[in-house]
Amino acid sequence: MSFPLLTVTAALPAIGAIATAAVPAAGRTAAKWLALLFSLGTLVLAAVVLVRFEPGGDRYQLTESHAWIKDFGVRYELGVDGIGVALLALTALLIPFVILAGWHDADPSPASAGDTPVETKKYRWRPTQGFFALILAVEAMVILSFEATDVFLFYILFEAMLIPMYFLIGGFGDRAHAGSDENASAQRSYAAVKFLLYNLVGGLIMLAAVIGLYVVAGSFSLNEIAEARAAGTLDMATNTERLLFLGFFFAFAVKAPLWPLHTWLPNAMGEATAPVAVLITAVVDKVGTFAMLRYCLQLFPEASKWATPVILVLALISIVYGALLAVGQRDIKRLVAYASISHFGFIILGIFAMTSQGQSGATLYMVNHGISTAALMLVAGFLISRRGSRLIADYGGVQKVAPVLAGTFLIGGLATLSLPGLAPFVSEFLVLVGTFARYPVAGIIATFGIVLAALYTLVLYQRTMTGPVKAEVRGMPDLKVRELAVVAPLIALLLFLGVFPKPLTDIVNPAVEHTMSDVQKKDPKPEVEAAK
Amino acid sequence: MSATAVHSLWTTAAEPIDKIPAPTVEYAQLAPALIVVGAAIVGVLVEAFVPRKVRYHVQVFLTVVALVAAFAAVVALAAGGYGTTKARIAAMGAIAVDGPALFLQGTILLASLVAVFTFAERRLDPEAHGNRVDSFAAQTASVPGSDSEKAAVKAGFTTTEVFPLVLFAITGMLVFPAANDLLTLFIALEVFSLPLYLLCAVARRKRLMSQEAAVKYFLLGAFSSAILLFGIAMLYGYAGSVSYAKIADVVDGSVRTIDPALADTMGNDALLLIGGAMILVGLLFKVGAVPFHMWTPDVYQGAPTPVTGFMAAATKVAAFGALLRLLYVVLPGMSWDWRPVLWAIAIITMLGGAIVAITQTDIKRLLAYSSIAHAGFILAGVIATTPDGISSVMFYLAAYSFVTIGAFAVVTLVRDAGGEATHLSKWAGLGRRSPLVAAVFAVFLLAFAGIPLTSGFTGKFAVFKAAAEGGAGALVVVGVISSAIAAFFYIRVIVLMFFSEPKAEGPTVAVPSPLTMTTIAVGVAVTLVLGVVPQYFLDLASQAGVFVR
Repeated sequence: MSFPLLTVTAALPAIGAIATAAVPAAGRTAAKWLALLFSLGTLVLAAVVLVRFEPGGDRYQLTESHAWIKDFGVRYELGVDGIGVALLALTALLIPFVILAGWHDADPSPASAGDTPVETKKYRWRPTQGFFALILAVEAMVILSFEATDVFLFYILFEAMLIPMYFLIGGFGDRAHAGSDENASAQRSYAAVKFLLYNLVGGLIMLAAVIGLYVVAGSFSLNEIAEARAAGTLDMATNTERLLFLGFFFAFAVKAPLWPLHTWLPNAMGEATAPVAVLITAVVDKVGTFAMLRYCLQLFPEASKWATPVILVLALISIVYGALLAVGQRDIKRLVAYASISHFGFIILGIFAMTSQGQSGATLYMVNHGISTAALMLVAGFLISRRGSRLIADYGGVQKVAPVLAGTFLIGGLATLSLPGLAPFVSEFLVLVGTFARYPVAGIIATFGIVLAALYTLVLYQRTMTGPVKAEVRGMPDLKVRELAVVAPLIALLLFLGVFPKPLTDIVNPAVEHTMSDVQKKDPKPEVEAAK
Repeated sequence: MSATAVHSLWTTAAEPIDKIPAPTVEYAQLAPALIVVGAAIVGVLVEAFVPRKVRYHVQVFLTVVALVAAFAAVVALAAGGYGTTKARIAAMGAIAVDGPALFLQGTILLASLVAVFTFAERRLDPEAHGNRVDSFAAQTASVPGSDSEKAAVKAGFTTTEVFPLVLFAITGMLVFPAANDLLTLFIALEVFSLPLYLLCAVARRKRLMSQEAAVKYFLLGAFSSAILLFGIAMLYGYAGSVSYAKIADVVDGSVRTIDPALADTMGNDALLLIGGAMILVGLLFKVGAVPFHMWTPDVYQGAPTPVTGFMAAATKVAAFGALLRLLYVVLPGMSWDWRPVLWAIAIITMLGGAIVAITQTDIKRLLAYSSIAHAGFILAGVIATTPDGISSVMFYLAAYSFVTIGAFAVVTLVRDAGGEATHLSKWAGLGRRSPLVAAVFAVFLLAFAGIPLTSGFTGKFAVFKAAAEGGAGALVVVGVISSAIAAFFYIRVIVLMFFSEPKAEGPTVAVPSPLTMTTIAVGVAVTLVLGVVPQYFLDLASQAGVFVR
């Protein structure tokens, strides 16, 4: 038997989570380093996966398959295609930065540490260990969900990752808030509960569809269902397929999130600490869009085509609505959240445009959005931690005081608005081209999203960084070494993938071809050729 | 002349009368129930003859040994093939020894064993007058708050009768799912119900509430027993027999000979329908299904918490076992009649339990309504009427009972000056005071909510899958909707424990003895094992999923 590389890649952060959680209360710093080491180890393993993966090879590679729950027909089946490998690498890449950026986020607040050391000791409350353990637990589950090729296994992870996320949002809020402590704590648990309930309802509806799928197909294995479909033995009535598709899609649309199921995201991202917000939008939400590509299109190709018009309209609404609301935000983190909703609209648009450019673009978009949002959000987090406020109006003239911070913030912002030369441009361009080829009107409307993106990013920069230096901003320290170590690699990556996206497209394209053949769609011929 | 010769002069020998046949009883096959009932009787003698000082230790030892021995007997029977190939009907047709019976008996015995540990817990309450006390009243006969009660507390009395009582209840529960005729069913029901009514009344703290709960439980339980008995009479009138197999034959129409004494009633479908419905009502009452659930919240809240945990878990297993056997063995011929009814009951039970639970402010009442919602989920599996339906329901019961006992065991730990602090507001910030206890309780809540990687999810998935395959897809949809509603209140408790600031005058978490720790540890272990690697137990349930008739 070959070495179970995929299992080990997912197991390492899980072990790390347990190890970190087991560190005694006094060893806070040790816990942090331990978590960082485990996340770096996972990154190394992810790199090995990336190297071992052959872009032109089988559809699913590095496969593993073991019996798990025979009674339910469930197997522990893993395998990665190009899309999975790209997102796995993204996850493994971002987590060390998330940990590093959140280095001090879960320290006991100075007030409680100073005033009531006895209380802390008596309660045996170890928030720091918990924080990093939960991050690693999320990483493990997200990675495994990208690797799963069994619907049941995927479903379990899809649901289970909500729990650590929920504790991360509700248990470790942003210290920078408006109003009293009491109020902040109430808002935080509101955000956490909203996050959990939205996603749980989505997941439970998916559960009904998962069971329905098993009743219809008699298997949970993607491979077996694909074989049955190819052999023509899979008999799925049109209406059944549509209902099952809707069950799956609903869950993914909540997770992604797609308008009008998006309302939990601004709350969650606003109340969570910046690293956790990155974890939500850059890592966990990607599972939703990934699953649309992997499960909706592959399992229910006919229903996907049937639903395409409605989904495209919803995606367009997401793009424009998210961008418009981002323009109107007063809170930096909520602004980034609404920008993300707009970007998820682009991703979903690309997936359901049903062109290979659109889908490659969407996959690249997932990766690039992860990196660019991480860069913007983490710098925003550094900024917010300095001033203790999330409100845009509380800032001004920061670039004169902290030029490096302002510069990195600008690059993150420019990446968000898809400036050519930075990575997101490539993906956004591909999505738009791919959409335009089949649905020109949708392509045109989506372009407005870019214009609005320029507006909200540049206005954000202008209001916070330029202009006269505000009194409270004076004396604001510039980025520290730790913070630079977080931001610099992300920016380097944005530049590299912006200029040279080929390594990524090479991995993604074959997988997209497979998905396209699943839905039996061919790219529309270019107009000129058709005219001949 | 000999005596015989004399009376033979004026008497003639009649044909020899048919002797009443001596019943054949297969003692070995009935060993689990016999061991427990034997221990219960010995327990009564212990109460009478053993000195007060050592009674507690003797009773605990006796109870634990009896339960372990009975479980060993179940395992031995199962290993001997009585669950599969050698399944048979013992004791002159009264008791079935088959897969479902053995599986459920094993579940009841293990669940009772861990529940009994919480009965024996004596470290939670502060010592009274130098004596360790448990959750039960010093002297149940004394009026709450009276001088006689104070004297009893001062003298260090304890109600060690709870151990024989619980053994009697377990006996009834062991027989209940194995009962193969209606009379045995009724007797088993009474054997486990009467001790439970008593056990509900013996709380040490909040005694009036406990007595009120017991009275309510008793009155409603007596009504339901009467209805059940009336139903049995009607079914006898319909079929001319109380034996499951014979009634089933008459229902199927394969028996056409009519007992002359019952010529007026036999084969009268009205009797069958009314009688069947009344028996169902009796069983659904024990299960706690809407609209027969009214007793559940009050009794769960008022009873001593160890009793609540035991009752919530073991009664549900026994009652669902009996329900399954009745529907699958006696009444499969009329499944067109009972399925729509149970559909409706399952739907209102799932939704009713979940919706009403949202407004609860007491943790024990909340768990009571949650148990109602779970009864609805289990009913969805019962309705499947497939072999998977049987095994999934049995798996769910096994999974659910350990989660329930574990959860109630945690409830006993959170205390303030008035005993257990069951009001939800007092649980605020528990996660900061005692992260471990709160985390364990969170695991149980997540299992109740059916989050993957816990036994609750596996069980829910099993019954929903069985229901979907049995053609009850709509029930599955209602099931997931009510799961979503239910998730809300489980999560509310987690929010309260972890995300609220602890209150200054909040409750403390008592450090329990190894007994309660074992209960909770077993609960957590079973919850996680059945969630992550359930294959062995699912296999066991599906091997055991064939009734004998």
